[in-house]
Amino acid sequence: MAVTDAPRIVTARLDHADSHTLGRYLATGGYEGLRKALTMTPAAVASEVDAASLLGRGGAGFPAGRKWSMLKKDPVTYLVVNGDESEPATFKDHLLIERDPHQILEGMIISAYALQVTQAFVYIRGEFALGLERMEEALNDAYRHGAVGEDIFSSGFSLDIVVHPGAGAYICGEETALLESLEGKRGFPRIKPPFFPAVIGLYGQPTVVNNVETMANIPWIVTNGGAAFAALGEGRSTGTRLFALSGHVRNPGAYEVEMVKSSFRDLIYAPVLGGGIRGDRELKAFIPGGVSAPWFGPQHLDLPLGQDEVGQAGSMLGSGSVVVMDSTTCPVRASWRITKFFFRESCGQCTPCREGSGWLERIMYRIEHGGGREQDLDLLMDVCDNISPGVHWPPEQTTICVLGPSIPPSIAAGISMFRDEFLVHIKDGGCPYD
Amino acid sequence: MSHFNATMATRARQLVALYPEARSALLPLCHLAQEQDGWLRPEAMAEIAELVGVTPAEVRGTATFYDMLHTEPVGRYLVSVCTNIACILDGATELLAHAEGRLGVRVGSTTADGLFTLEESECLADCDHPPCVQVNHRFVRTTTAEQFDQLVEELAAGGHAEDIPPQGTLVRVRRTGGLRVDRAEIARQRAEAAGERSS
Repeated sequence: MAVTDAPRIVTARLDHADSHTLGRYLATGGYEGLRKALTMTPAAVASEVDAASLLGRGGAGFPAGRKWSMLKKDPVTYLVVNGDESEPATFKDHLLIERDPHQILEGMIISAYALQVTQAFVYIRGEFALGLERMEEALNDAYRHGAVGEDIFSSGFSLDIVVHPGAGAYICGEETALLESLEGKRGFPRIKPPFFPAVIGLYGQPTVVNNVETMANIPWIVTNGGAAFAALGEGRSTGTRLFALSGHVRNPGAYEVEMVKSSFRDLIYAPVLGGGIRGDRELKAFIPGGVSAPWFGPQHLDLPLGQDEVGQAGSMLGSGSVVVMDSTTCPVRASWRITKFFFRESCGQCTPCREGSGWLERIMYRIEHGGGREQDLDLLMDVCDNISPGVHWPPEQTTICVLGPSIPPSIAAGISMFRDEFLVHIKDGGCPYD
Repeated sequence: MSHFNATMATRARQLVALYPEARSALLPLCHLAQEQDGWLRPEAMAEIAELVGVTPAEVRGTATFYDMLHTEPVGRYLVSVCTNIACILDGATELLAHAEGRLGVRVGSTTADGLFTLEESECLADCDHPPCVQVNHRFVRTTTAEQFDQLVEELAAGGHAEDIPPQGTLVRVRRTGGLRVDRAEIARQRAEAAGERSS
């Protein structure tokens, strides 16, 4: 495993301080992918994306090309781009929205052309005030430039884009909750299957929902060809991916890395990436793909950064965020805080998630704060089992959406990896790290 | 009698026109109302209901789902301190406790002068600058107690007006393009942009 010299696809422009402006975008090849796409047939553009085998960069990792091919034919269809990034420790879309909004817009316009959609939305997390302003400004400039709006670059293709602000709710990153929110409602996920957004989506019409980073890859794919993208990475994990690295590393940050070719060890320890653990302390554990993912220990460091590789090892690459915890970390506190997050963000539709998250949070709280009881570990696992039967990976689901089954992994991982520390909390009546 | 002032009322109508279905404008209109009033007044919710064709209760019922929409008054500066996983590994608990002491309020409360509201927030997606703090949803990157105190002092003295607008003001950039804008106006803007490029 090593850090390769693969081209930077989505972060190519970010060394420039003015990377968010139309001027810089045009000076660095911006909107050339769109011009090329408009000379091709929509089907040819879609088949380039299919050839790239681009996996969705939101968290579920569904192939974008296949998602597109599932879009039901209908006179009215929509493209909705998900920029509601709220998975804890994930901050890659934040970077792309603030620093290169035109790249996302160009990806959207090309995708809309391939799908023959004439109305698209980009839903941006409300807490990204600067990102929203940058995106609105980029959109205004793109309209003036003729890259969006009526008769784009005199091609006869027209598209309208709306920048839609969220208002603070993690669950709206779930694609059907996002559609509900975009319709002006509470962010309640919809029941699926049988009907996915590609069949019944926004306003009941067929809708493609893609992540911001997925869109940011599209201009490069069209410019350089799907085969060039698929040549990067390995197996099902093609191209590069933007990893958000945080926690106890020397250089936390978002790093674009070729998929599969590098390992977690490279990401955390390579001098050009994470730079190792602060104070050269020992690695205790790391979360490989957002807080919904089961934790890994030092024995997993040499796993490649690939979707299937991480999946087979019992966790997920998920949202591409890696949280590093060193030897000074209290695993009970970490796992309690993650549980508290899910408790707060549960939308409340399904009983196992709504009630279970609260019970789990209260038990975790009392263990961390000195009120733990001997039977609490069994009780925790029992409640987890009611939310996600078997508490295994990939998880079973008793709820409408995957928020419910995302609650047990951090508790189950904490208990299985650090059972003795949980017991010390209970026996000593408090946190030994305090 | 409109609750929105003349400028806001115009913008409200433009927002509704932007969407295929009016109700989609509900969240943007709530943000607009907060830009005018700092929070969601009942009168504003009633007017939003009228604009998008639902009942005032539906507006309230929707708004209360979202953390950023406030159905009670908040301070001029909403200070959000993240304590989620990446931040708690790097001093968020301590910074939040310090913020309570410095502002003299508990989490969820507003200072007596109405200037600051302190909230504990979930992950704000700026995890490479922990602990993450936002003021009125602008990332301020005050990661130490000293930096936090200095920012509070500057805000209290009326500083940072350029980069931190009052609570409620989310997006200061106005949309100028789009199919629902007058076609002649689009042609004019494009001609103007072409002229700028050739000159």
